Amino acid sequence: MNKATNVLTVEEAAAQASYPLFVPFIMAGDPDEEATISIALSLQEAGAHILELGIPYSDPLADGPLLQRSAQRALKGGMSLKGALRTIRTMRERGLTIPVVVFSYVNPVLRMGEETFVKEAASAGANGVLIPDLPMEESSFISELAKEKELSVISLVAPTSAHRIEKIASQAQGFLYCVSSLGVTGTRDAFPDEAYAFIRKVKEASTVPVAVGFGISNRRQVELLDGVSDGIVVGSAIMKIVEQQQEALVSAEKTEREQALNEIKTFVSELISS
Amino acid sequence: MQQIYPDEHGRYGDYGGKYVPETLMYALEELEEAFNAAWEDDSFHEEYQDILREYAGRETPLTFAGHLTEYLGGAQIYLKREDLLHTGAHKLNNAIGQVLLARRMGKSKIVAETGAGQHGVATATVCAKFGLECKVFMGEEDMERQALNVFRMELLGAEVLPASSGNKTLKDATNEAIRYWVTNVEDTFYLIGSVVGPHPYPMIVRNYQRIIGDETKQQMQTRCGALPDAIAACVGGGSNAIGMFYPFLEDDVKLYGAEAAGMGVHTALHAATISKGTRGVIHGSLTYLIQDENGQIIEPYSISAGLDYPGIGPEHAHLAESGRVEYTGVTDEQSLEALSLLTKKEGILPAIESSHALYLAFEKAKQMDKNERIVICLSGRGDKDVETIRRRMEGESSDE
Repeated sequence: MNKATNVLTVEEAAAQASYPLFVPFIMAGDPDEEATISIALSLQEAGAHILELGIPYSDPLADGPLLQRSAQRALKGGMSLKGALRTIRTMRERGLTIPVVVFSYVNPVLRMGEETFVKEAASAGANGVLIPDLPMEESSFISELAKEKELSVISLVAPTSAHRIEKIASQAQGFLYCVSSLGVTGTRDAFPDEAYAFIRKVKEASTVPVAVGFGISNRRQVELLDGVSDGIVVGSAIMKIVEQQQEALVSAEKTEREQALNEIKTFVSELISS
Repeated sequence: MQQIYPDEHGRYGDYGGKYVPETLMYALEELEEAFNAAWEDDSFHEEYQDILREYAGRETPLTFAGHLTEYLGGAQIYLKREDLLHTGAHKLNNAIGQVLLARRMGKSKIVAETGAGQHGVATATVCAKFGLECKVFMGEEDMERQALNVFRMELLGAEVLPASSGNKTLKDATNEAIRYWVTNVEDTFYLIGSVVGPHPYPMIVRNYQRIIGDETKQQMQTRCGALPDAIAACVGGGSNAIGMFYPFLEDDVKLYGAEAAGMGVHTALHAATISKGTRGVIHGSLTYLIQDENGQIIEPYSISAGLDYPGIGPEHAHLAESGRVEYTGVTDEQSLEALSLLTKKEGILPAIESSHALYLAFEKAKQMDKNERIVICLSGRGDKDVETIRRRMEGESSDE
């Protein structure tokens, strides 16, 4: 029941991927648990290297309207941190072999108890954890526990990190999540010019692959980042399709469900295939 | 001993800290540096004190409530009159301090959150005075409940932006203000209204509000030649309370915090964060909050929009845990009873928020000796609440 034996670590998956290292984000429980599992498997099939599984939260400070709505739908359906870990277990049973990073705001983790969380996450088959409201100053408690269970702690670096970049980069595990521009999550048509210089600076400081996130939604952006970053994190653009297809994704008709999953796969292959 | 807390990590005992997205970390470092530099600069204090005196109307009086003291038959009751401050509540002390800080930092745009609108009005007021661009996030629900304050802010030249997420109240307005700040952090100063949020905000707001306690201490010494035996204040986020308590923390003075018990702490409709909350992170700070078993934040309830917040300042969490301050829940009904009593006996209409402290203090006063003294922080005036009070009282009498 534990980790499938052929699951790579976040480090291995990130290091082995050729550009772009593709890290999709999906929200656990949106539109429901069963659909989340199918979406994860579809993303793996479409070429995802690492899956970020979002835990719905009532007060997601770093998220734009799209992921806020997604979290609300998932919460309404009864999803929780505990439920999401159960979902990972089922994903593993159904053949998900790419590493899974649990993306949760800090409060649900504290409520579960950080020790229980790390233990349960590892046992469910998660490989990493990303807590967007836990800067390096506050993260030591979880890093130590995670290390014991061989979970990677993914760090974020932002355009305003300035002198903090080097320190964050030196502690980075798995891959370094580089926030493309100021603001909350959500698609942006293009990045400001200074974003590229910033990403180059991060890349220089980092000993692990750098994946750029916040606002990536089209092929052009992915092309422009080729040679600048190692990969991309894509969340809102995928969850936008999930939102549009929410009824089809939970349809009783298998063909309808598959059609909706195909929409996601098509989007991904247009985004990342060369 | 002064300023034991926060420590260099922004902690009050276990509580506080900085639980925010990386994008904001540098801004918080910058803010802390700017605040510390200002706080050590005499010219900053001169300017701040001058505006408090000439514009805001400090010092505020300490009123002996003689008629009420006689009626209750216990301790002598004194009222610290923050209700007489310009704009009608203690919020202005902090808004002035932070706007001066923003100017020192060269930021010309201000963003703030507001619940009932008191902090929003205070912020819009100071921005008008100093010619700063002001945006205030307010829950859509609160905008409807407090339409007059929305208009007041707009008159002052502020832009009021609806927060339409969650339950559309203070918590959501704060989320939106922080999200706005994340996006515009380079030229915008986030002017938080209470001793909540990530470090250094709880420290900054406390230091700008401690003038309440500092004045009270001096006024009691002058008037009575002694410190009070007890002090009471209401606690939502807790800025008037910490401002009042802080200068007395090392003294032999009993400190009482009144939190909103809404329909009662045995019901689900309350905002009694310390009595009924558990440890967690809200708006960047580790503290007590009202949450479910999965760590999702639950919307609180109180008749008073100013106490309707699911968290509490981290320093209060620490003071509750250490036992230095005793926190008690006061219901809607009890606070209205105290409001009515003060209005009739002293001719002072208090805010419903402050009435929570009044009720608790009256109960304590009754059990105290006649030669003892209790001070209540009358944090705001009740004019803004007249409509709520009227509806409530008429509703209650027609129910009977």
